[in-house]
This record gives sequence, structure tokens and C-alpha cells, in this order.
Amino acid sequence: MSRIDELFQSVKGARAALIGYTTAGFPDYHDSLAIASSLLDSCDALELGIPFSDPTMDGPIIQESSHLSLEAGTRVSDVITLAGELRDKTEKPLIIMSYYNPINSFGAAAFAREAALAGVDGVLLPDLPLEEISHWKVHGDRAGIDTMLFASSTTPPHRLERLGEMTNGFLYCLAVKGTTGLREGLSEDAFEFMRRARESCKVPLALGVGISNAEQCRLAAGVSDAVIVGSALVKEALDAFRSGGDPSRSAGRKAAEFARSLS
Amino acid sequence: MLEQEIEHKAGYFGAFGGRFVPETLIAPLAELDSAYNDAREDPAFGAKLEDYLHNYAGRPTPLYRANGLSNAIDGPAIYLKREDLCHTGSHKINNSLGQCLLARRLGKRRVIAETGAGQHGVATATAAALLKLECEVFMGETDMQRQALNVYRMQLLGAKVTPVRAGSSTLKDAVNEALRDWVASFDHTHYCMGSVVGPHPFPRIVRDFQSVIGREARRQHLDAMGRLPDCLIACVGGGSNSIGLFYPFLKDGLRMIGVEAGGRGSTNGQHGRSLGLGSVGLLHGSKSYVLQDDDGQIMETHSISAGLDYPGVGPEHAFMKEKGLVEYVSVNDEEALQATELLCRSEGILPALESAHAIAYTASVARSFPKSDSIVICLSGRGDKDVETIRSAGISR
Repeated sequence: MSRIDELFQSVKGARAALIGYTTAGFPDYHDSLAIASSLLDSCDALELGIPFSDPTMDGPIIQESSHLSLEAGTRVSDVITLAGELRDKTEKPLIIMSYYNPINSFGAAAFAREAALAGVDGVLLPDLPLEEISHWKVHGDRAGIDTMLFASSTTPPHRLERLGEMTNGFLYCLAVKGTTGLREGLSEDAFEFMRRARESCKVPLALGVGISNAEQCRLAAGVSDAVIVGSALVKEALDAFRSGGDPSRSAGRKAAEFARSLS
Repeated sequence: MLEQEIEHKAGYFGAFGGRFVPETLIAPLAELDSAYNDAREDPAFGAKLEDYLHNYAGRPTPLYRANGLSNAIDGPAIYLKREDLCHTGSHKINNSLGQCLLARRLGKRRVIAETGAGQHGVATATAAALLKLECEVFMGETDMQRQALNVYRMQLLGAKVTPVRAGSSTLKDAVNEALRDWVASFDHTHYCMGSVVGPHPFPRIVRDFQSVIGREARRQHLDAMGRLPDCLIACVGGGSNSIGLFYPFLKDGLRMIGVEAGGRGSTNGQHGRSLGLGSVGLLHGSKSYVLQDDDGQIMETHSISAGLDYPGVGPEHAFMKEKGLVEYVSVNDEEALQATELLCRSEGILPALESAHAIAYTASVARSFPKSDSIVICLSGRGDKDVETIRSAGISR
């Protein structure tokens, strides 16, 4: 059983898990390691984003963190190293989130091998939909890395079932139609979608994108097995970074607040 | 099992193309694909588009025998396919009219577009005004400065022009921003993609709407010479005017040359030669040749022509390169500027800087053709928009 499966076993029937996200290498390698560590104090699992030059699915916050990370010289190999350093300190699931081009350029087989060796448990590849996932999945499967798929409120019923069967670990349910970033509230669409996903899929469901505050976390937890927060955490780190504060402390404090809303 | 699905699914040109987009966009792309397939089969749709192309956009455009240019470069017969004479000044209107009609058919009330040189933005703003659609155009801030006149034209036509400040603030960043808008707005918005790039079915839709260029040119050349041309030459940024010219000639097996932006030289970041110097990667939802660094990050590009200043290229071009169906070459900024002046002086035609790349390459190889040969060049747009750029580059005699 993978660390991700174990996590969902352990929280089952008790509470929703909290999955945090940060852009790896933002604002630089050293501070990124500190941010990731402090997020892991409160989160049940962590997503590390590989920065990409053209983040078409991200809003301004993650665009900015990706830009800063690339400015600091972050490479795909650094993200794997970062995951390895975190693995030395934690048994919680570590997930790499990436646009596929950097992984494709690194070489899917080599990436899967090295990431697995570093202790990465799973990947999220938002621009590889079901039709294209096999470019990666053969390599991920061989290396023992979970590949989580995405579902959207626009996903038709038969496809939703298929996604539930094909995904490993959990199904990443997109709470909004749109890019990552902060939102005023959770839409009725999202709840309706989660009802549909629950009926169609047996796997754990994680709800993410646009979940911005503790109240939204609590509401999301009511309909999911895990709540994913990214931009809201990265924003804390960004604000602290810009004002000369401590990004890891700010992001960690926000993650702790979110964790309390789920307990 | 998945491997087999990859092999057998639509939306690929050989190993290139596909649909590398978030799950949210899968349904709207499927909707677009099916609406487009219906429209293709619907004679009423075809008739309406044909009517607009003829009576509104001014098609067919002339295939003009440019003897002045032939003499000036000591070359064979040269025919210019005069897309510069289309309404709005470039071939872009062919696609914008088609896609805006498609948007109406889909029941969308708004269209969005990316633009580099501003030609696709102007064409889409025009078609949107004609067909009573809201229009928003995303344009890099750098491009807005160098194409200020086109920005004002779009606003005059009722479109909202939104500056994009991310990255290099050029065409690729405008596409990024349009995609970000579309993933949230597709319920009521059609993304009028301007070139043969993006996820399936965009490369196919845009190619089909632009193929009118080659269909006309083929017939016109047969009428004029009683035979097919020996060579076709067109510039390649994303690749829509070139594929529009080439596609109807594919079965004829004649020589076809695509001219990329050589910019200031072959140093990284100084050109737009995706096919010439790039490698296979993923950008804007499809797999094709891409200018990227050794870590898979997309590189900055440069060309004096905003329309060729793009680090990717349509997947069908990648396929044609691999199959050896088309030769891909390049011309630098300076050569394009010289060709602009050459066409002005020899023919009294001011070409867009994009199209000037095709003229420049033709000029450089003209003597290698037998005098009895005939070359068709796609003169994809007129150069009025570029006058300021050309003047500041020093051609002002």
C-alpha cells in the first residue's frame, strides 16, 4: 500500500485530509525547503510544484511563485533533490505537480526512477488528460509512483467513472472552472459535482483549486476526503517574502489554521 | 490498452498534435470538435461563409504575376497570392470569419483571441462586430507598443484589448492569457485561435479555414499557366498562412518551402526558428517543435515581425517536416527589411514584415530556379502596420 493510500485509510471516517501545495524552489531552494517543512507540520501531504515558464492553468499567485523560482535557477533535478531532503524528515506523502513539458524534457523514465528513489509517492500532471496519460503512466507505474488524475464539473458521467477507475491514490476534483487562485466562495456547482463524483467513483476524492480560507476548507471537507490548498498558502509566503518577513513561518501559520478547520 | 488508444485516436498528425489540456477543457473541446464536424457537413454553413468571404472579405484574392520582382531578382516567374488585399489587410480574416460563424452556431456570445502583430486581433474584432459578438483580444505589452495602430483599430471596432505583462510580453504570453480566460469562460465564450496551434481541433479548424488560399491559388495558377507551379513559399510563425497555401497542393508533390524568423541570429532567444532549431515538446496544448532550454522551459524569441515572434509551431508543420514534405528555412531581420524595400520598389507593394520573410528567401534562391519555372509566394499581409518599425530600423530613403 502506498503512503497516499495509507493516508486515506488513516483518516477515513474521521476527517478530511489536508494537502498543501508550494512551488518548489520558490523563492529559492533554501527558503523553499523551509516553506515545505513548515507546511508539512500541519498538512497530511504536500504537493511540490515544478516551476514552468508558461503556467497556463495558474492564476497570478502561482505564476509569480513559478517565475521567482525560475529566476532563482530552479531545475527539475533540484525539485527531486528537495523532495529527497524532505523525505529524510517526514513519512507523509510527497507529490510532485508539474506541467508535462519539463518532465518530458528530463525524460519520463529517468524522472520516474529518480523521483521514486528520492521518496516521491505520486505525481499530478494537469495537462495530461486521460487520452494522453500513457505518455507518463507506463514509467510511473514501473517506478511505483502513483499517478493521480483530475476530474472537473464538465466531465461527463461515463468519463468520470473511468477517471475513478484509472486514478491511483485519489481523484483530484477541480472545485472551479478556471485557473488556480483565490475565490470568494465555493460554488454550488462544486457541491453538485462532488455529489456526482461520489456516486460514480469509489476512490478517495480530493477537492482543490480556489479554496482560499478556513471556512471554505471546512465546507470542502464536508464533501471530500481531502482538501487541497495552494494559492492561499503561496500568497502568505509571497507576501512575507516581499515585505522582508519569514515566508515559511507565514505559510506554516496559514496551513495550521486550515488544519484546525478540518479537525 | 492505453498505448493502443494513443495510436488510434484522432487529433494527431503522425506523432504531433493531441490535446494536452486540463480536464476542464476536454468537454468544451469535444463540443467544438463535434460542432465543427456538423458545420462542415452543413451546406448552409458553407454557403454563409462563402458569401462573407466573397462579398465582405473580398475573395478570391488575386494571384498576381510579379514581373517587376522577377526581373529585379533575375528569377523565374513569380506569382504573389495577394492575401494583403483581404479585408483587414491579411489572411487572418479567412479564419476569423469561419470561427466567429462557428461561435454563433455554438450559441456563444463572446469571442476571445490572442494576437501578436495585431492582424488576428483586428480580423477577429472585425468578424465579431459583423456577427454581433463581444470580443476581447489578449496582446503582449511589447507587441501593443510596436503595433499601436492595430490596438486602436481593434478598440475602434468595439473590442476590448487586454495587455499581457507576463514573460516576454509577446504572442506566447497572449496565448497563455487567452487560455486562462477560456478555461473559466467557455460556457459563453469561443476561443478564436489565430493560428494552426493549440489543442485538437484548433490546428485542423484553422487549417481548413485557411485552405481557401491554396485552393484559389491552385485554380488561378492552372488558369494562368495551364499547369501547376513548381514551388510554393510562405512564412511560418504559428504557420497558418503557409499551411493554408500548402495544404491543397499536398497531393501534387511539388516543392514547398516554409520560412521561419531568423531574427538576429541563431543564438538562443534571438530568433523564432522552432522547426529549424527547436526540439519536440509541449506548448499551448499540443505536441510539436518548440524552442525550449535543456530543462524543458520555453525560451524567449525574437523577430522584427511580431507575427513570427513565437517559440512554437503548428503540429501539422512538425509532421510535414518529419515526413520531408516541406523544407523549412529562415531569413533574418535585416534580410526581411531589405525584401520589404525590394517589393516596394519593384512592385509598388508594401508587404507585412512577416510576408517579407517569404519574399527575402525567394530573392536569395531565385537564380537557382530555371527561368521557365514558376513560384507562388503567399503575400500574407500588407505592411501598413509595420511602417513605424521599418522607419525606425533605418529604411527611410
